[in-house]
Amino acid sequence: MSDFLMPSLGADMEKGVIVEWLIGPGDRVERGDVVVLVETEKGIIEVEVWQDATVESIVVPVGEEVPVGAVIATLAEAERTPPRAAAPAAATTRKSASPSDMRRAIGRAMSRSKREIPHYYLGTTVDMTAGLDWLQRHNAATSITARIIPAALLLKATALAAAAMPEFNGHYDHDQFSPSPTVDLGVAISTRNGGLMAPAIRDCQDQALDDLMAQLSDLVSRARRGRLRESEVAAPTITVTNLGERGVEVGYGVIIPPQVALVCFGKIVDRPAVVDGSVSIRSLMTATLSADHRVSDGHRGAAFLDQIDQYLQKPEEL
Amino acid sequence: MNREQARQVIIEALAEVAPEVDPTGIAADVDFTEQLDLDSMDYLNWLIEIHHATGIEIPERDYSQLMTMTDATGYLVAAGTESTT
Repeated sequence: MSDFLMPSLGADMEKGVIVEWLIGPGDRVERGDVVVLVETEKGIIEVEVWQDATVESIVVPVGEEVPVGAVIATLAEAERTPPRAAAPAAATTRKSASPSDMRRAIGRAMSRSKREIPHYYLGTTVDMTAGLDWLQRHNAATSITARIIPAALLLKATALAAAAMPEFNGHYDHDQFSPSPTVDLGVAISTRNGGLMAPAIRDCQDQALDDLMAQLSDLVSRARRGRLRESEVAAPTITVTNLGERGVEVGYGVIIPPQVALVCFGKIVDRPAVVDGSVSIRSLMTATLSADHRVSDGHRGAAFLDQIDQYLQKPEEL
Repeated sequence: MNREQARQVIIEALAEVAPEVDPTGIAADVDFTEQLDLDSMDYLNWLIEIHHATGIEIPERDYSQLMTMTDATGYLVAAGTESTT
């Protein structure tokens, strides 16, 4: 028998409320099944199970609030019981977290970040002309359902750079940095009610651009509707915020603990620039890195930004 | 497709990507992305919803012609007429 615990859905989460059980005693569950909906200050999250098992008992009933780590159900080794069709989680009526709850949660996480993480900040100008030209050609030749937006290039380039330089990709906890073998790239998404979520695109470094686009589209859509999963919100290994979408030219972000780096992309603007000794109009963007001095220093941070820049100069290889 | 039908398509597509939006409050001549706080992913998803509803293929070079309710309505009416003639 094993205990199924109230998960931590972010560094700032202390407790959660059981909103709905999608399983009952005797049901068989498979790894990855959504089994319970939990309300946090950041909204209602679909919690998955991480083993094949049979549900033995539900310990915490709907409506009860329990701390992170509390036993909420017990599971037994899966055998004999036929699999139960998963309940359609999408049919559940969801409510959003109140803006004040979410703001408090963000405040706690950001205060912890500024208190504990010795940030340093770097910025560089990236020439996006090649990337935008490639996108224009690609999108002109494809149906609207298969088009790619510039954000996908930025995410993929960051993921590749993070995979190549692991000191920017992982978690710092208990005075120790643990690099992640995969890049679970957090994407900052505004929830329009004044909130902010940063769910992850998992294994982002290995995603083809069209797959990455499909996942980004799905993630944005579900974040707006309050239908994110535990595996997406719990543990991104690095985060990207694309404030250029909102007209910002330069942003210096606050690292989300226990992560150790955050990349902010500014607005792409057409400006005169010198290329090969001649002045021409180029599409330029500022990329900034906020990173944790306990794990890296400015020299490596500069190399990290340079890696992102180099990947963006070869969009066809992303 | 007439203007009312086009407006209906636009509103239903918006409801998919921005379900919290009150369609009666949409200003006719203000950029959608500004008044509804849409990012580029929302905007593309909105165009895809319109495409699914109407079959109209909207090339990327035409995106700037669908930034307001007035412009988008006119675009869909013209494109809808074109596709049926």
